[in-house]
Amino acid sequence: MGDLKTIPMDWYLLLSTILFSIGVMGVLFRRNAIIIFMSIELMLNAVNLLLVAFSAYHNDANGQVFVFFTMAVAAAEIAVGLAILVVVYRNTKSTDIDVLNRLKG
Amino acid sequence: MTLYLFLILGFFAVLSALMVVFSKNPIHSILYLVLTFFAIAGEYVLLNAQFLAIVNIIVYAGAIMVLFLFVVMLLNLNHETEPHKSMLRKLIAVIAAGLLMVVLVGSLKGADTMAIQPFSHNAGLIENLGKVLFDQFLLPFEVSAVLFLAAMVGAVMLGKKDIK
Repeated sequence: MGDLKTIPMDWYLLLSTILFSIGVMGVLFRRNAIIIFMSIELMLNAVNLLLVAFSAYHNDANGQVFVFFTMAVAAAEIAVGLAILVVVYRNTKSTDIDVLNRLKG
Repeated sequence: MTLYLFLILGFFAVLSALMVVFSKNPIHSILYLVLTFFAIAGEYVLLNAQFLAIVNIIVYAGAIMVLFLFVVMLLNLNHETEPHKSMLRKLIAVIAAGLLMVVLVGSLKGADTMAIQPFSHNAGLIENLGKVLFDQFLLPFEVSAVLFLAAMVGAVMLGKKDIK
């Protein structure tokens, strides 16, 4: 641990790994499509945290610009995803993803 | 001192992330996710990435979460009528995610990294970030504008009641 002024890089790795695993668990654990979307957001944020940590570690701004683009893509993804969800709800009256297994054909 | 701040913020982030998954009510999940995003923004401040901390709060905690809340309210899902998965599937989900975490942590164990001195790097200040963004990444920046336009058109088309 050493002095309290510095933060070991391993701890950032550990924190983002834990957050990513919680996101994976949310995707597998729940059936509500909205919660699954939020778990995906959680995973994206875990990766963003890791990118920012390495960017600060190497004192290189490129990583943080990449996080900026990740946020832009995530925002677009959520807009389209929620629109699809509203359409699915309109057709099936439910946001349960198990309803969608009729897509198997 | 900063180490304690990191630990407290990390604890809050993990705790509220767990509550996102385990809350029965979708509204509670969304509010816990906002709490997670604020904790992550705090970690960004600790890494001196001030611009990204503000953007994280504005974009995620502000815009995206309001969109989620709007959809949940619109579809009137703020009740706890989610059909439950069987206990076996929940157990398998937890074990699978736990195994993934063990594998990732195990692969990171041999990493030879040093400690970060908080507030000592200036890469995350808005001046440096803007120079890199509009110098090296100008084309991706403009392409992301096209992406937003496509996403907006797609969302509007999907949301229309009947397309003639």
